[in-house]
Amino acid sequence: MEQDFLLSAPITFLSIMATILMVVDALIKKSSKITFTLSWLTLGITGVLAAWTLKHNGTAFNGMITVGSFGAFFDILFCMGALLTLIAARPYMQRENLEHDEFHSLILFAVSGMMIMAHANSLLILFIGIEIMSVCFYILSGYMRSSVRSVEASLKYFLLGAFATGFLVYGMALIYGATGSFDYNQIFMAAQHELRFPSLMMIGIGLLLIGLSFKAAAFPFHQWAPDVYQGAPTVVTAFMSTAGKIAAFSAFMPIVAIVSPADTEMKIQIILAIISAATMLVGNISALTQTNIKRMLAYSSVAHAGYLMMGLVAISAHHARGVSGILYYLSAYLFMQLGAFVIVSILERSGEKNLEIEDYAGLSKRHPVLAALMTIFMLSLAGIPPFAGFFGKYYLFTAAIESGYTWLTIIAVISSIISVYFYIGLIVKMYFTEPNESGESTQQLPGIASITLAVSAVAVVFLGLMPAGLLDVIKLLFGN
Amino acid sequence: MNKSMIDLIYLVPLLPLIGFFITGLFGKKQKSEALIGGIASAAVGGAFVVTALIFMTLVGHGSEERSHIVRLFTWMQAGSFTIDVSYQVDQLSILYTLIITGIGTLIHIYSIGYMHGDKSFPRFFAYLNLFIFMMLNLVLASNFLLTFLGWEGVGLCSYLLIGFWYERKFDGSFIVWTGDAAKKAFIVNRIGDFGVLVAMFLMYNQFHTLDYTAVNAQAAAGFQPGATLITTITLLLFLGCTGKSAQIPLGVWLPDAMAGPTPVSALIHAATMVTAGIFLIARNATMFALSPTTMAVVAGIGVATALTAALVGLVQNDIKKVLAYSTVSQLGFMFIALGVGAFTAGVFHVMTHAFFKALLFLGSGSVIHGMHEEQDIQKMGGLKKYMPITYKTFFIGTLAIAGIFPFAGFFSKDEILWNAFSQGHWVLWAVAVIAAFCTAFYMFRLLYLTFGGKERFDHHHIHPHESPKTMTFPLIVLAFLSVVGGFLGIPYALSIGGSIPNLLEHWLEPIFAPAMEILRRPEVHEVHAIEYGLMAASLMIAILGILLARSYYKNASDQPQAMANRFSGIYKLLWRKWMLDEVYQYFIVDVFYTISNGFLWKIFDVKIVDGVVNGTARSIASASELLRKIQSGIAQNYAIMMMVGIVAILVWLGLGT
Repeated sequence: MEQDFLLSAPITFLSIMATILMVVDALIKKSSKITFTLSWLTLGITGVLAAWTLKHNGTAFNGMITVGSFGAFFDILFCMGALLTLIAARPYMQRENLEHDEFHSLILFAVSGMMIMAHANSLLILFIGIEIMSVCFYILSGYMRSSVRSVEASLKYFLLGAFATGFLVYGMALIYGATGSFDYNQIFMAAQHELRFPSLMMIGIGLLLIGLSFKAAAFPFHQWAPDVYQGAPTVVTAFMSTAGKIAAFSAFMPIVAIVSPADTEMKIQIILAIISAATMLVGNISALTQTNIKRMLAYSSVAHAGYLMMGLVAISAHHARGVSGILYYLSAYLFMQLGAFVIVSILERSGEKNLEIEDYAGLSKRHPVLAALMTIFMLSLAGIPPFAGFFGKYYLFTAAIESGYTWLTIIAVISSIISVYFYIGLIVKMYFTEPNESGESTQQLPGIASITLAVSAVAVVFLGLMPAGLLDVIKLLFGN
Repeated sequence: MNKSMIDLIYLVPLLPLIGFFITGLFGKKQKSEALIGGIASAAVGGAFVVTALIFMTLVGHGSEERSHIVRLFTWMQAGSFTIDVSYQVDQLSILYTLIITGIGTLIHIYSIGYMHGDKSFPRFFAYLNLFIFMMLNLVLASNFLLTFLGWEGVGLCSYLLIGFWYERKFDGSFIVWTGDAAKKAFIVNRIGDFGVLVAMFLMYNQFHTLDYTAVNAQAAAGFQPGATLITTITLLLFLGCTGKSAQIPLGVWLPDAMAGPTPVSALIHAATMVTAGIFLIARNATMFALSPTTMAVVAGIGVATALTAALVGLVQNDIKKVLAYSTVSQLGFMFIALGVGAFTAGVFHVMTHAFFKALLFLGSGSVIHGMHEEQDIQKMGGLKKYMPITYKTFFIGTLAIAGIFPFAGFFSKDEILWNAFSQGHWVLWAVAVIAAFCTAFYMFRLLYLTFGGKERFDHHHIHPHESPKTMTFPLIVLAFLSVVGGFLGIPYALSIGGSIPNLLEHWLEPIFAPAMEILRRPEVHEVHAIEYGLMAASLMIAILGILLARSYYKNASDQPQAMANRFSGIYKLLWRKWMLDEVYQYFIVDVFYTISNGFLWKIFDVKIVDGVVNGTARSIASASELLRKIQSGIAQNYAIMMMVGIVAILVWLGLGT
């Protein structure tokens, strides 16, 4: 029992701190400084605790959650994402007059939900994790109460999210009916044998996939993402589109792994492959004609979910490279996507101004450093070496080819080429076009958000130049 | 002195590379020419010292233990394909390395004086060092790919150095700027490189390796003489040799390469790089020996080049162009040797030629320097009293190339002629002798017009003077080598019953043993009478050429023009170098240009490629517009979309279960 508490320390510590933070909010007026300090400390300590449990590999609390290893790896990603978001959010929230005190505790609660998702070893726990995270997201996306768009985003997200959750829960119920258990290991065992109600199992899996695809914003369950990402406050979007997506995949990976033995006719695998292909095509093609930068990045994040699903296809084909490919890609994606959104948040002006791609014309002259960093993030997102995004794509594409999905890889390459148009298009806009008259002329200093940018940029370059380092860690933790 | 000495081979290419980085990176800030030139020369000189030590070590070994592979690191690996950076230290590569670093050092020292005051002094030495590094990789490599790296590298350096004075005009065939000459050299060489590349593909496909030893051993073990594949491979390799070593049909670039500074002409376009073709064939002697067809082609191309280039040399008036054609012609002699299976004789001529041709080029550089950049020998004359050292050394070099006993050229050229004759190739021998006669004639024509006779330059503007010591010192050393170099390969007939050993043949013999076995060459040391006779004949012919040149040009300054008038038809043909450049221009360059401009660009690229690309882009953009419409912003529609997806998935899963 002691061991269980010790090894699940990252989750418990973070949850307790989030609760304390909420109380502090309520008791102390103007507490944002205190809560900010407490929350970044909490995230830092949680990250360290997670790193400490990284080498363990087991379950706790009667097999309800896993500890160490896989979950701990994700804990670190979540904490990193949340920490970078919090730092970048502080100047943004102050400027937008949004610094209500519960912001920090909401972020922490969202992280605790994500961590529960990543650690879940039972469908019930997974559901709890998803809901904790989602509820926080619903609130956070409507955080800009004065903005119609923000409130609309929140409501839309909530409605569609509830709709999707229904299918998710129904799927869990059917799987319980088919296998008699919520426990991952039990389901995995049951899936390997002849089931009494195979169709029940298949439909259950299908519904589960639908629910998770919604969370990952995959086609055709992605349509909420552009609206929500555009409407939500930019730093929240940064957090949702990175940590949120990582959380979705942290839940998706084990699910695909445990149900794959039941997939004797490869039907699930084919669904995953088709969703993957459609998601990246739709994401990238839609991004082409966007004029709003948040919307463009939102579609780009949809497209990246498509690439990541190639890894799921590989996992479903029992190919270990799928796991390491996704883990590497998620790590790279966290920094490049977050960095891009944070730059958007720095340049944004109250009243949702300065968010059109047109506003980025001639940025290299006004903010040479920001333009250079944005270029790095764009090149990485486009998958151009030597940045992290290139190697991420490389590993996922290799995994797909080795699993026999050459056609999927061809589509992935084609959609990558399409994506280059709008990623490079932004660079062209920043460097080779003259700023328009109405462009913002006052210099806005990024403040402490520059820490986030610096860390992200260094990570993108470092992971790209030395991909072997992270891959070695992944290999060490998960075998191959 | 043991194996560990040989392992130091990595220092040999490394030192010039370091020199390249130092002079290239820090040279520009450095004001002292002596320091830059000193560092660059020391880098090559150091490499020479190391090579010399390794040479001594090898001499101490038995002849069978002189071949070593020194593996440094793995260059690239992909699946089963591995290429190491590893050097093959053996008799052939060490001989080449001695020539490259030895003559290289002398020419570096010479350049300190020659390039004095040039605004790009450090850049020149950086390029020279880089060239040495690349050339050493070419000859030391133990596999084709590393050689190819050097092969391309020397091509690059040649390009950079021909166009070194890129702002200067240069009068050549279809050429206006020195940069054009550089491009011409580079592009013509690319054609040859293509041959080498395809040959490497074929070899890897067949042998699954690119190591010289393995490829040649497998070729000898697995193929009968005359096998088509081996003929194809060797012919393709030879295509590369005709590019790098300026043979027909790719030799047109070398005369225009004289646009570069004269030390470059001496080092790259006479002594070292242009002999890379001979090296490549000698290194793969076994494979070439397996293909009688290729051997015949090599000898045929060699003799044709030797004669045609020598004839062109008869009429040229630019001191460097005469020497350039003479280089082409002498390289032709080397290919004759290789083609008749006399590999040792070919490499011997590489060595002696390196001595005397470097000497002649440096001498011409000294003349050009003293004459304030004048290169037309019609405007020289009587220079011997102004530049005594240059004159004396140039005279020695001229005797050597003309093949006068006992200068270096006599031995090596005679060995080639004797081999051609003794193998029964009468025609080759006869044509080569005519070429040798022309050589003697045009070289002495050059000598007399430059140093002898009346002074034809404008005394008011030009004051000829002897060059500084940094320039005359290398001349003296090279003149010495041109005198004694031949004694390394004394033919058996002159060895007083074998009491004087043929050192070079002894040294190289084991390298070519497998090739010789394939060729089943009978030993023909018995018939000395014929050999003596031939030697005397070729000596007489050379002397005849000299006397003829003397009678025409000794005192008569207007002879070039008079000759031009007397033989106007043939003169014009030779003056325009057999119209080869014109033929290439009209039948190849113009045709390509027309096709590229009229079809490939204006129709294929603009209409078809751009059309497809823009069409694709437009259709994707319209797809994007369509998707944008589906994204209506109304939550209910999104839910409907989700339902469609859900139903599709569930129907698919429900089917058949």
